[in-house]
Amino acid sequence: MTSAPAFPIYPHRHLLGIKDLSPGDIELLLDRAEKAVAISRQPEKKTSTLRGRTQINLFYESSTRTQSSFELAGKRLGADVMNMSVASSSVKKGETLIDTAMTLNAMRPDILIIRHSSAGAAALLAQKVGCAVVNAGDGAHEHPTQALLDALTIRRAKGRIGRLTVAICGDILHSRVARSNIILLNALGAAVRVVAPSTLLPSGIRDMGVTVYNSMAEGLKGVDVVMMLRLQRERMAGAMVPSVREYFRYFGLDSEKLKAANDGALVMHPGPMNRGVEIASEIADGPQSVIQEQVEMGVAVRMAVMEALLDPRRDPEGRA
Amino acid sequence: MRTPAVGTTVFENARVVDPSRGLDERGTVIVVDGVIAAAGASAANQGMPEGATVIDCRGRAVMPGLVDGRVFIGEPGGEHRETIASASAAAAAGGVTSLVMMPDTNPIIDEVSLVEFVLRTARDTAMINIHPAAAVTRHLEGQELTEFGLMREAGAVAFTDGRNSIRSPLVMRRALTYARDFGAVVANETQDADLAGAGVMNEGLFASWLGLPGIPREAEAIPLERDLLLARLTGSAYHAAKISTSLSAGAIARAKNDGAKVTAGISINHLSLNENDVGEYRTFFRLSPPLRAEDDRLAMVEAVRDGTIDIIVSSHDPQDVDTKRLPFADAADGAIGLETLLGAALRLHHNGDVPLLRLVELLSTAPARLFGLPGGTLKPGSPADLILVDLDEPWVVREADIRSRSKNTCFEGARLQGRVLQTLVAGRTIFTAA
Repeated sequence: MTSAPAFPIYPHRHLLGIKDLSPGDIELLLDRAEKAVAISRQPEKKTSTLRGRTQINLFYESSTRTQSSFELAGKRLGADVMNMSVASSSVKKGETLIDTAMTLNAMRPDILIIRHSSAGAAALLAQKVGCAVVNAGDGAHEHPTQALLDALTIRRAKGRIGRLTVAICGDILHSRVARSNIILLNALGAAVRVVAPSTLLPSGIRDMGVTVYNSMAEGLKGVDVVMMLRLQRERMAGAMVPSVREYFRYFGLDSEKLKAANDGALVMHPGPMNRGVEIASEIADGPQSVIQEQVEMGVAVRMAVMEALLDPRRDPEGRA
Repeated sequence: MRTPAVGTTVFENARVVDPSRGLDERGTVIVVDGVIAAAGASAANQGMPEGATVIDCRGRAVMPGLVDGRVFIGEPGGEHRETIASASAAAAAGGVTSLVMMPDTNPIIDEVSLVEFVLRTARDTAMINIHPAAAVTRHLEGQELTEFGLMREAGAVAFTDGRNSIRSPLVMRRALTYARDFGAVVANETQDADLAGAGVMNEGLFASWLGLPGIPREAEAIPLERDLLLARLTGSAYHAAKISTSLSAGAIARAKNDGAKVTAGISINHLSLNENDVGEYRTFFRLSPPLRAEDDRLAMVEAVRDGTIDIIVSSHDPQDVDTKRLPFADAADGAIGLETLLGAALRLHHNGDVPLLRLVELLSTAPARLFGLPGGTLKPGSPADLILVDLDEPWVVREADIRSRSKNTCFEGARLQGRVLQTLVAGRTIFTAA
């Protein structure tokens, strides 16, 4: 062990969703992530916290960004990292999630990172394996490490999360990022708005702890943070919105719309961006953008999560 | 029809429940050679028949065996999920003495030879009465009509595309018109495929938090309204097979009020459970139509009470781990229900929602009448398809006790009150509780 950890023991076995976390759990992970940021900024980035531990990344949806972020996080902690990219494996050939889980479980990993297109897939996997499971995005359900990295980015830039006003803009309906963020930001006392055309809002959105706006001018008025969401290509042409140009006209973030927000409001995006669809390049690359910081915080948050889940004080054998 | 038993059996000191005659009274039921000779308070007036086997019911209920109007079975083609024999054993334990089997098999019941196959297999392997429903359209594809006349003659009791909702209004109109000539009822589970889209559970806040695409209530009501207009137009017998929302109940009530020959069914699941039972992606609660909000469940109970809904079915749909042990959105719809139908339905009696006589009517007498089946009555001269029930006995549903080949019950661990003690088909005892 490099240093005696001063953090309280994290009380959960898995990270499946923000919904399962108390405000204290969230703060603990953010505090741990601060330490990981420092490690990542040292010339010598490798630690031995997870030396000898095995991490498997099981990605049913390809995601270069999230997968490499988890991979790097594991490597910086000294874990052995294996990537199972599903596009090139038997999983594509009809093996069920459970069968794959059982197979991987037999290899005795310490932590499984899963990304899957079906909501609830991470929870299903967690029921069947003996190791810690981290949800790296399940359908339109949750993406907890994204919400945590967003929170860390905001907290570092603004010094707090409570009493801030955050607008989440775009495809709320299909977005796991939006759901995780709505839960987390509410838990830490922020006021949450959603701004979107009604076709991209889920049923019952008004009871989800947010204020709903259908206009950027109104929705961004006086906000401290503007969080843009990616609009999937297949949803652009006629299905959910009539066209890219109409979407950008009303819901794309440009300098004109951003003026409604508070001075110094943060601009965030979980990536990958569609420049000219949900966000103008001048904004994405502009002074208010913290999109690059989000990427950096992503690695730190994932280090924090894995360290917390594999805390040796909780589970000296390394397995539950 | 099953071979009748020989001999005389007398059920005395029974609570005789016979909705076909409005009876719910202390009395006796006498069965002679597989046929009901007498049932009711005055049945024992002519004295006890000689050489009879006498069963003292000690106040327990004797009622017509249940007639389950909507049951999916895996045979032919999916015998690992359920066979006609295993469904029959499950039915017997649940007090179901007749069932209508859906045509969603492989091959599909869309021609005479398949109707005959089912009846032959049932004769050879089943203890209860199995009545096939045949497909409305060939291959359940919603395009070409099947041979209603020939299949009806062969023994098909109704026409339905099973899990598939008939999409084309033109096909539905022709099916209704043609079925009228043969006195056949056309049953449809209505769900608009476009509006339901990729939906896998009831649309609403609960689905939104789970990140699951929802199915709006209107996806059921819109094609139902269409069907009801066509039933008015054609004057044919139309059965809304499984309704689940107050919108649908309102539509049925209006059509009945207009004099249309329409009836409606509901699965016991939609009277017992709501969308919250899905919990954390529990796939056994993935049903079609989806479990709805509590408001709708209450509206359905009211529709049962006020006569809008005519029959209660199990919608027994065996699925195995291959189709259920998957992420929620990838899993199959359906739950088994033959063994829990009565116990779950009796909750409505015990909590005062629906009187016992009305409940038994919906579970037995009304479906028998609707599909033109013998049974569903204790009238003298009827086949002795009956059950002895302890209405109050509590029991817990355990997977280990399930007789069905598939274990996908919505009632695992549920405490039910009311248990079948004995089941008779044509006077023959086919099930006795341990």
